[in-house]
Amino acid sequence: MATHFFGDTAVLTGRTMRHVTRSVDTIITTAIITTAIMPIAMMLMFVYVFGGAINTGSVSYLNYMLAGILLITIASGVAYTAFRLFMDMKSGIFERFQSMPIARSGVLWAHVLTSLVANVISLVIVVAVALLMGFRSAAGVPAWLAVAGILLLFTLALTWLAIIPGLTAKTMEGASAFSYPLIFLPFLSSAFVPTETMPGPVRWFAENQPVTSIVNTLRALFTEQPVGNEIWTALAWCVGILVVAYVFAMVAYRRKIA
Amino acid sequence: MTAAEPAIRVQGLEKAYGKLEVLRGVDFDVAPGSIFALLGSNGAGKTTVVRILATLLKADAGAAVVNGFDVATQPSDVRESFSLTGQFAAVDEILSGRENLVLVARLRHLKDPGAIADELLKRFSLTDAGARKVSTYSGGMRRRLDIAMSLIGDPPVVFLDEPTTGLDPEARIEVWDTVRSLAGRGTTVLLTTQYLEEAEQLADRIAILHQGRIIVNGTLAELKQLLPPAKVEYVEKQPSLEDVFFAVVGEGNESGPNRK
Repeated sequence: MATHFFGDTAVLTGRTMRHVTRSVDTIITTAIITTAIMPIAMMLMFVYVFGGAINTGSVSYLNYMLAGILLITIASGVAYTAFRLFMDMKSGIFERFQSMPIARSGVLWAHVLTSLVANVISLVIVVAVALLMGFRSAAGVPAWLAVAGILLLFTLALTWLAIIPGLTAKTMEGASAFSYPLIFLPFLSSAFVPTETMPGPVRWFAENQPVTSIVNTLRALFTEQPVGNEIWTALAWCVGILVVAYVFAMVAYRRKIA
Repeated sequence: MTAAEPAIRVQGLEKAYGKLEVLRGVDFDVAPGSIFALLGSNGAGKTTVVRILATLLKADAGAAVVNGFDVATQPSDVRESFSLTGQFAAVDEILSGRENLVLVARLRHLKDPGAIADELLKRFSLTDAGARKVSTYSGGMRRRLDIAMSLIGDPPVVFLDEPTTGLDPEARIEVWDTVRSLAGRGTTVLLTTQYLEEAEQLADRIAILHQGRIIVNGTLAELKQLLPPAKVEYVEKQPSLEDVFFAVVGEGNESGPNRK
């Protein structure tokens, strides 16, 4: 069966990509639009409403907060991954695929690859809007590649996290509810305001949760500043979340399918 | 294949979910090319049997062999041998009917998936609807597409888990015709149903699954003979399968569905 893994995964990915791109009268249709529009709306609001009152030193507020907006884009994007997988479980098509002579794990990988592609599209749209709004980066090609690599790793980690509720949720709301704290996490980090202004315990949490290290690294890369040790903390968080989420997703998968 | 070698053999199958014993030693054989109906009320364990045969669930004890392959030790050979049509029409609503068929044909690594899809659309009277999204299909059309998807690659064994549940009488008869033509082509069909008439209409052999065990297994004629003759004396017409079912299950007719 292993010989067909790539072929089967490609066929199944083609199917889930159609779920993303095809406009039909279901919620799935708007996947890309809503995942890009929500962060864009936040970006507009933060930059043009709150931004003036937030002191970020010499860095323009848009340049300061874009990294956080990109993480929010991913966090809301993977909610649709959980939703699409949940719908496959509910409709029975997941079991149909599992009962066929195909590479079984290809069904999950198709959802993972689709999530990566859909999130990349959303991220490109958000960055394009930021550029229109005046975002400018001194970053060269290596720095941009590093940004892309970290964002992709973060997407992969959150996607495997999304697979868990996708496989186990009982209701549609339950399938996407896991993403709410993820979307909220950047607000309790250095993404929108410097952590120095926060009261003690909040500041401690903000400085020790994954988003802050990732945001600080991305911001340093955008401004061609040295990333220091922060990049290793960021990568450790991403890889750690990825490994733990993957293990739990596999446990959930084996419970569903003998 | 000889008649001595069953297409499906189930022996001593047991399955419990926690303390709830769903299957308590299920045995039956299905002859190649025949239609075998597994009859039982809701919750009798029919779907559990099908899920074990379809390698979606592991049995706690016992053995099951499909097309000569053991479900526990040779699951990928088993998956090459059967096709499953589950309780709910497992079709992709966002794709068109034709795209659903092409998808399955490609996953089965068949040549010319488009031609296979077109042929099946024609055979199941879905050609006109082929380009339409499945979300616009009626229940009967979905079920026909579902069964068509199961026939791609001509698997020797087909499992149909309650194929007509939720269908109107007309759609039900369409499905029945499909099942008959399948068996006519030599496919072995294992059918689960809670509709007594369906088993009576279609099946070569009928097994009644009740409280986790097969309590009766035979042809319709054999099952009818199970009624005590004393009761038959007072009945003018032949007993229906419904009478047999409730007599062997040991419940009053008034609590069961009245299909007349």
